[in-house]
Parts: sequence; structure tokens; C-alpha cells
Amino acid sequence: MLKAAASAAIVVSDLSKSYGRVMAVDRVSFTVRAGTTTALLGGNGAGKTTTLSMLLGLLIPTAGRATVLGAKMPEERHRVLPRMNFTSPYVDLPKRLTVAENLAVFADLYGLRRARQRIDAVVDDCDLGGFVKRPYGSLSAGQRTRVSLAKAVLNEPDVLLLDEPTASLDPDVGDRMRTYLERYQRRTGCTMLLASHHMGEVERMCDDVIMLRAGVVVDQGSPRELIERYGRGNMEEVFLDVARGRADAALAGSAAEGVA
Amino acid sequence: MNAPVVVVGDRAAARYTGIDASARRVRAILRRHAYLILKSPTRIVSMMYYPTVTMIVWAFLTVYLAPTNNFLKDAPGFFIGAVLLWDVLFRGQLGVSLTFIEEFYARNLGNLFVSPLTLPEYIAGQLTISVVRALIGVGGACLFAYLLFRFSIFSLGLPLIAFFANLLVFGWGIGLAMSGAILRLGLSAEELAWAAIFILAPVSGVYYPISVLPSWLQPISLAVPSAHTFEGMRELLIHGVFRWDHLWAAAALNVVYLALGAAVFAWSMRDARRRGTLLQMGE
Repeated sequence: MLKAAASAAIVVSDLSKSYGRVMAVDRVSFTVRAGTTTALLGGNGAGKTTTLSMLLGLLIPTAGRATVLGAKMPEERHRVLPRMNFTSPYVDLPKRLTVAENLAVFADLYGLRRARQRIDAVVDDCDLGGFVKRPYGSLSAGQRTRVSLAKAVLNEPDVLLLDEPTASLDPDVGDRMRTYLERYQRRTGCTMLLASHHMGEVERMCDDVIMLRAGVVVDQGSPRELIERYGRGNMEEVFLDVARGRADAALAGSAAEGVA
Repeated sequence: MNAPVVVVGDRAAARYTGIDASARRVRAILRRHAYLILKSPTRIVSMMYYPTVTMIVWAFLTVYLAPTNNFLKDAPGFFIGAVLLWDVLFRGQLGVSLTFIEEFYARNLGNLFVSPLTLPEYIAGQLTISVVRALIGVGGACLFAYLLFRFSIFSLGLPLIAFFANLLVFGWGIGLAMSGAILRLGLSAEELAWAAIFILAPVSGVYYPISVLPSWLQPISLAVPSAHTFEGMRELLIHGVFRWDHLWAAAALNVVYLALGAAVFAWSMRDARRRGTLLQMGE
């Protein structure tokens, strides 16, 4: 079924975005293998959301090239947007519409056949049954995040871009959502690109990590490789090394320990 | 040549494609706003409120002036017809602009434009909602005009369709341009959506003929489709003559204004993609 399991679902080459003199993303290159989960890590303003926006076709790059499922973004976005979806803390859903109404609108936007069945399935999967007839605006932050996630998987995307998907969830619900995303990926072979500040989530879910700082890729590898390379105990410590500009010192220290 | 799109699964079979998918995306925009309108009686009443109150004021003015004014004796529906048709233009423009502003307030633009929705499909949804809003708003006022003053807008006969269509399309053109302005300038430009149409009122000749305008202003007036429509309405109400020349002039100008409005909106959308504002726009 997964014809492209070993191929690249996302290819980014020398991608840049500047706003006047400010370089938000500076010649970023990376590849995301089909069927895997990759994290974009970096502090606030590192360029994660800007990169995701360019991959979604919401933002026109200043230079470079990004392709998703073989389609050049943003020029060919309408070829692949039916097979993509996203969540982001920067967007919301109409607050006066109920959860069911919002999902019905997005089922039409994504042209779903058997929309009713699919909506019932995501309501069940994301545990929205208790508030599906309530206006979206009356929900708690955690409930809204679950609805956003339901919207993001409604069209069963082949590529899912997740910007801080579990940011406002309590540990219990956050864990359920991560489990759901893992199950969803196993079932569908979906490719996920995840921007997160939750390092436990990254270690648990991600096959690869791309570390960004000031719009530049400063390192990449699997979570295990990065932890070993920096000589740290977990991704949280690796993140702090990179975010605080201590990466070179940490790498040098790690190398020296290896020699000794 | 386009690169081949990577095939991952067989879920494409679960989606409509082509014209079916396009029709569903337009329906999604209609659904989103129909849910909003139909579940809120307050919203429906507020759509009818302004046109109805304005109509009542002009109707009473007619009642007051008609006994001493031969012109109003001959054409008692003159002011009421004018105010109702003016509101078609206003509602047409407002319907397009407010549909867009709703997405702004909801911070929903990002969700909409990372879906497969295209700008022409979104515009088709906006225009259809605008027709619905105009029919609700002006329809309510028309009903009250008949119940309170026995004036039926349908007494204009078939030309009413031409007047209605021309004013609505002109409203669409302005509404699309206003949507573009709001996208470029942010919600601080929201007032434009409410006020833009009124700058055209003096040159539209809603309540008076174009000939009363200063000579330098008349060419400007004749470049506005609404001026031709209201001239046509007056000819019909006063002389019983349907002026085809005004109809065609209004229709031709509307093609230009609608194209300009759509171009402004499309340019603003591309500019928003360049500036990265689609994801950040909201209240």
C-alpha cells in the first residue's frame, strides 16, 4: 500500500524567507522521509512556523524551493492540499458554530465522500462526543485543541504539519493525543512534521529532529543521535545547548569525553 | 511539466475531485455562513432593521409631501423604491465584505486557505452569501413597505430584476475591493466596509436626477453603474419608459468594476502570502 514509504515526502532546498532586513529563515535544507515523524525544534523566533507556513503554501519564499509529495509549493499547492492538513495555535475555528458544524464545513472543504461517517469516526477517535453539539467558542482550551486535531485528521492527510499540537493539553489528554497520532500514522503511513516545545513528545514520537536557531539549521539527526552527540541525558538539555548558543561547547566537551 | 505527485495510500478514492470537489468547497463557505445566520434571530432582525427604518422615514416624507407635490402624487413610490434599491447596493457590498470580516474575527483565514479552497471558489461563496443577505435585508423592508404603505416593489415589473442585478453586481465589485483593502490594512480598515458605499451616494443620483449635479460631476456620475440604474428607475416610475441604454451602460460598467474588485482582492491575497499575514490575522 505504501508505494512511497522509503521516498521523500517533503524536500526543502536552500529555502529562505526575509521580511525587509530580517532573515526569518536562511537557506534551510532538509528532507522528511515518507511515513516518518520529524520535529522542527528551536526557540521562539527560530523560524519553525515560517518554515511550516511555506510548506503549506501560505507564505511565498524569498528564495529556495520546497516540494511536498512532489508538488512545488506554493505554485502547485492545489495539487496536494487535499492530501495535507495542519494545526496551529495561530488559527482558530468559527466560535459560534458547533463542533459538528465546523467539522461538516471542513468535510466539504476537503471534498470528503461519506463525510458523515468520517466525522463520526474523528469525533470518536478524538473523544469529542461530550461536546460535539456545543459552540466551539464555549469549549476549554484543551477541548479546542482536540477539535483542531480532529479537523487536521478529518481528510486523512498523507502529510500532517503540526505546530505545537499539544501545547494547551493536560498530561493525560496530551498523552491520549500523542497515542492517537502514533496510531493514525501506523494505520495510514502519514508523514508528520512537528514543531514542538515539548521535548518528551519529540523523543517519543520523532524519527528525526531538525534544530533551528535564528532561521538556520544548526543540527539534525535522530533524537538518540543528538543526545549522544551532545553528551546529554535527554532532548531538553540538547535543546537548551542549541537555544542558548552553547552547542559548540557541548559538542567539543562531548568529543573530548569520547577521546578520554 | 509538473512533477508526479507521490502516491502514498489509496485514500484519494474517499475524496471528490474536479468540479464536484469545487462545488463542495463553495457549499462549505455557504454552510459556514448559513449556520451563522440561521441560528441567530438577532442577526436576521439586524439585517432587516436598517433598510426597514430608512424606508419608513422616506415613506412618511412622501406621505407628508405628496398632497402638495404633483410629482409625488404621480409617482408615490419614488422615494420608497429608491431607498429599497439603494439598499440592494449597500447589502450587496456589505454581504461580501462582512463574509470576509467574519473570517478575520474568527482567525479562520489560515484554516480556509490551507484547505484546497481556491480564491475564485471563496469569492463564489462570498457573492452567494451576499445575495442571501440582500434578500433577507431588503426583502424584510419590502414586506413592511407593502404592509404599511401598500407600496409593492414588484410594481416595477420585470425591469426590477435588471435593477436588482445591476446594483448587486456593483456592490460585489466594491465589496471585493474592500475585502482586499482589509486584507492589506487589517481590521483597522473595517470601517471602510461600512462607509465605502456612501461616497458613491451623491453621484449615484438615488433621489434626484444626474442633471442636477454640477456639469463637472456628471461625467463622473455616468461612470458609476448605480447612476444609470437609478436614472432607469426614475424613467420607469415617472414616464413609464424602460431605458435599455441605461441598462447596458450599467451592465458594461459592472463588468469593469467587478473585474477590478476581484483583481484588488487577488492582489491583496498574493501580497498577504508574501508578507505572511494570512496566519496571523485576527482581532
